[in-house]
Amino acid sequence: MLENRRFVIIGFFALIGFIYLFRLFYLQVLDESYSIESSSNSIKRVIEVPFRGQIYDRNGKLIVYNTPVYDLLVTPYKVKVDDTLRFCRVLGIEKREFDSLITAAGSYSRVKPSIFLRQLSKEDFASIQDIMVDYSGFEFAKSSMRTYKGATLANTLGYVSEISKKQLEKQEEPYYRQSDYIGQTGIEKIYENELRGKRGTKFVMQNVSGVYKGAWKGGELDTMAVAGANLYSGIDIDIQQYADSLMMNKVGSIVAIEPKTGQIISMVSAPTYDPNFLATRHFSKNYTALYRNPYKPLFNRPVMASYRPGSTFKLIQALIGLQEGVITPHSGFTHANCPIGCHNHPGTPTVALGVTHSCNPYFYNVFRRIIYNNNISNTFKASAAGLDVWHDKISKFGIGQQLGIDLPSERKGNLPDKKYYDKIYGENRWKFSNIYSLSIGEGEILITPLKMANVAAIIANRGYYYTPHVIHGVGESKTVNPDFLIKHETGVEPRNFEPVIEGMVGAVEGGTARRSRVEGITIAGKTGTSQNKRGMDHSIFIAFAPVDDPKIAIAVFVENAGAGGSAAAPIANLIIEKYLTRKITNKALEERIMKADFMKNVILPPPSKPVVKDTIKRRQGIPMAPLEKPIPSEINWFRKF
Amino acid sequence: MEEGKPITKNVDWMVVLIYIACLGIGWVNIYAAVYNPETHSSIFDLSNNAGKQLMWIGTTFILIICILVIDYKFYETFSFIIYAIVIFLLVVVLFAGSNINGSRSWIKFGPMSLQPAQFANLAVSLAISKYLSDPAISLSRKLKDYYPILGIIALPSVLILLSNETGSMLVFASFAIILYREGMPGFIPAIGIVSAALLIISLLYNSWYIAGAIIFIAGLVIWLMPVMTRRQGGLWATILVALVMISIAFGVDFFMNNVLQKHQRGRIMVLLDPDSDPRGIGWNVIQSKIAIGSGGFTGKGFLQGTQTKFDFVPEQSTDFIFCTVGEEHGFVGTAVVVSLFILLISRLVILAERQRSRFARVYGYCVAGIFFFHFLVNVGMTIGLMPVIGIPLPFFSYGGSSLWSFSVLLFIFLKIDAQRPFTLSRG
Repeated sequence: MLENRRFVIIGFFALIGFIYLFRLFYLQVLDESYSIESSSNSIKRVIEVPFRGQIYDRNGKLIVYNTPVYDLLVTPYKVKVDDTLRFCRVLGIEKREFDSLITAAGSYSRVKPSIFLRQLSKEDFASIQDIMVDYSGFEFAKSSMRTYKGATLANTLGYVSEISKKQLEKQEEPYYRQSDYIGQTGIEKIYENELRGKRGTKFVMQNVSGVYKGAWKGGELDTMAVAGANLYSGIDIDIQQYADSLMMNKVGSIVAIEPKTGQIISMVSAPTYDPNFLATRHFSKNYTALYRNPYKPLFNRPVMASYRPGSTFKLIQALIGLQEGVITPHSGFTHANCPIGCHNHPGTPTVALGVTHSCNPYFYNVFRRIIYNNNISNTFKASAAGLDVWHDKISKFGIGQQLGIDLPSERKGNLPDKKYYDKIYGENRWKFSNIYSLSIGEGEILITPLKMANVAAIIANRGYYYTPHVIHGVGESKTVNPDFLIKHETGVEPRNFEPVIEGMVGAVEGGTARRSRVEGITIAGKTGTSQNKRGMDHSIFIAFAPVDDPKIAIAVFVENAGAGGSAAAPIANLIIEKYLTRKITNKALEERIMKADFMKNVILPPPSKPVVKDTIKRRQGIPMAPLEKPIPSEINWFRKF
Repeated sequence: MEEGKPITKNVDWMVVLIYIACLGIGWVNIYAAVYNPETHSSIFDLSNNAGKQLMWIGTTFILIICILVIDYKFYETFSFIIYAIVIFLLVVVLFAGSNINGSRSWIKFGPMSLQPAQFANLAVSLAISKYLSDPAISLSRKLKDYYPILGIIALPSVLILLSNETGSMLVFASFAIILYREGMPGFIPAIGIVSAALLIISLLYNSWYIAGAIIFIAGLVIWLMPVMTRRQGGLWATILVALVMISIAFGVDFFMNNVLQKHQRGRIMVLLDPDSDPRGIGWNVIQSKIAIGSGGFTGKGFLQGTQTKFDFVPEQSTDFIFCTVGEEHGFVGTAVVVSLFILLISRLVILAERQRSRFARVYGYCVAGIFFFHFLVNVGMTIGLMPVIGIPLPFFSYGGSSLWSFSVLLFIFLKIDAQRPFTLSRG
């Protein structure tokens, strides 16, 4: 009977065997958490960060590139610093900062190296390299820092910075990891996927102390890092910097476009700042200072600021009038019966002269004819129908909608239609007499500098435009975004442009912009004076040149600088001359413009706190080692150029 | 023994083949465990554990030949003398032993060190077999017949405990198998297993919940019990058992918190939740599981293991040799090893059952039980099913003493088994 117990015993052995086999099968085959990638600590996945793509200007000059720098890494458990004060002095940091950096690294891992200080330049590295040997637990790693050509194009190019927690969580495919850099705005953001390249992955073996033990499987599974694509822009960096210098001490925008292609030659948002300040490890301090600056240097005015176009809008009114047949090139109007006042000027028996002298009553009449160009007898209904027709025509010029430029946050502006006024006044409760300010670009219409430059390009092209764009080629093959090759027709025939252009040439030669004409170049231009609630009028000018073979179309907006002829027109014409001939004949004008300070006219909202001052004090309190880029006191940043 | 017959006559070849397979696989894996990709040391290099193990294997073969040559009656006749010698060595080692890894349990002979505790299994097995070979002894009827057995086990246990080799002492638990086979009532091992299960559950859950569950089950048992059984004392027996179990549940809490030392408590808690202390006590278990788990189905390949090299897994060539098998040969490799062991011990049970003498049968069961216990605990700890107890995996782990003792243990039984046709049953 006891013999039968052997079956119990063998059964028990077999049971244990099966339990172990099942457990092993679970551990080795079913449970992914023990697979090589997810938990193996002897095989480490090393990410190779590729070089970010560089950006070139239209003449092949580098405007954005990468500078080799060194990151200082710390392994908290190895740290042995006897003389913390000396250590901090060498690195140019405060004791407080040192403590918080060590704590932050420690909370990530005590045994793995993590970033202590980023972006030490080659020179800094050389100067502290031998000293650092005295301090265990610190090591250097090669890295690269985004570098910009100078204090220019800040808002257009944007900047890169460490990815934020929010961005990390929001990304659709898990590509970025903590402490990765990502393009935050401007070109850096829009072309992030092209610029970032492809990360490489290496599997390396390490022992329990983290010492490198060679490539795993001889590098079979490794992927090479692929450098980001270079971008080719239409920016002319020399013109850009010249434009920056003209906009010194002014608030406003310049947009210059090559009409035949839609490439942007120059794009100024004044006041600007040095984008390099946001590329350093002092990002957050510098960003805060810029953010709090009352002149809002981070606001990308060319695509985000909306203004009333003022008299520049008369050009479009004339073009629509001619195309609709409500006027002919030889239609003339007088100041009689017009609710809008005008300045003293010679008679305006033609469209061209109307443009040249920017006659308000002239365009009041043109707009009135456009609106009432139908058979409806009820003036309310006729106005409503006429406005919608007009709205459609103007929309063709890209006004009241996004043009589709390769920059983030482009604003639509405002192009009122029937619905818009119905909401304000009620249906059939408004007519032409309520909206006639539109005839001269005042009232409810709002437009961005970019769109106004695009209008100049349309007139230069006699009827069409290409979507303005900063980047026209991506990568080795210089691939073009197909959207930028689409020709947008405005529906206005080329012959209807000639009288308007004639008037624009007249305006520069002997009209509202005569004081800034350039010898030897025929410029077609139109001044505008934009009324606004905050102080002096904004000075506006749009132009293109040469008239017969336009190479540049430009729009200049200077805030609170008065009439269009006083500030915007000279700036535009200087840039045109510089771009076409590479020299300036009227040195006196150039000097006067550079020195002009319209910034003092800008009415600022009272600052809530004296933040800028405070920041300066704090920074002065820190003994600065020559490690970081010298940061000028913020207040003078934009006054320098 | 008849003249002219080879000494290998009638030896069970299946066991020998499994034994050789284990030795071979073990040796190759010891080489893999100590292999350093930077120096490419040879498997025959005597400066590393693989080369040394080869030397041990060689000497083991000499031992095996000796065992096969010696008359089979020798072991039965000299059982108690062998036991006495081992006890003597255990006493000697307490006073004159060399200190290796925190336990004074080694005797050094020049470059080699021996651990007498490893031979205690052999001595106790022989002594118990000898004692039980008396047909008058009955484990199913007379309680006093247990006392000598307890004495045989207790003496070396105390000595081994004094030399700080708790792992080797625990192996004596494996004698429960032979006692059960020879007539120990089934409820005793059942109580043991239930208690162990209760112990683990008590560690995991609140004692009050467990008490509730036990009362519920006891109630269910009483309700389902035939009325006759209930009247004949079944009611009170069930209530008594339930009360004992509840007091165990509460006792465990007290025991864990007030009796056990901190590292012992840690080892038990880590078994339940290795992540509770990943850098400290849990390290071994986690690293071992990662190493085995990262092997996947077919493994990373011979000498391609990375967790077991580069020092992530401690004691790779000795106690944690199974990790190397798991990492480099995957589930295929581990399944082969597990199967070899189950096959070996099952075969030993079958061989034991066909013995005519009670001495031989008891001894065979002892051998099977000892191998089973080592397998159970060693493999169990590498896959996180058992607490980390430092005992070797027979034939696989590096180490001369263990290889010698396991081989001697096994081949004495094979020798006795080979003589089976010529022995008369006395039992």
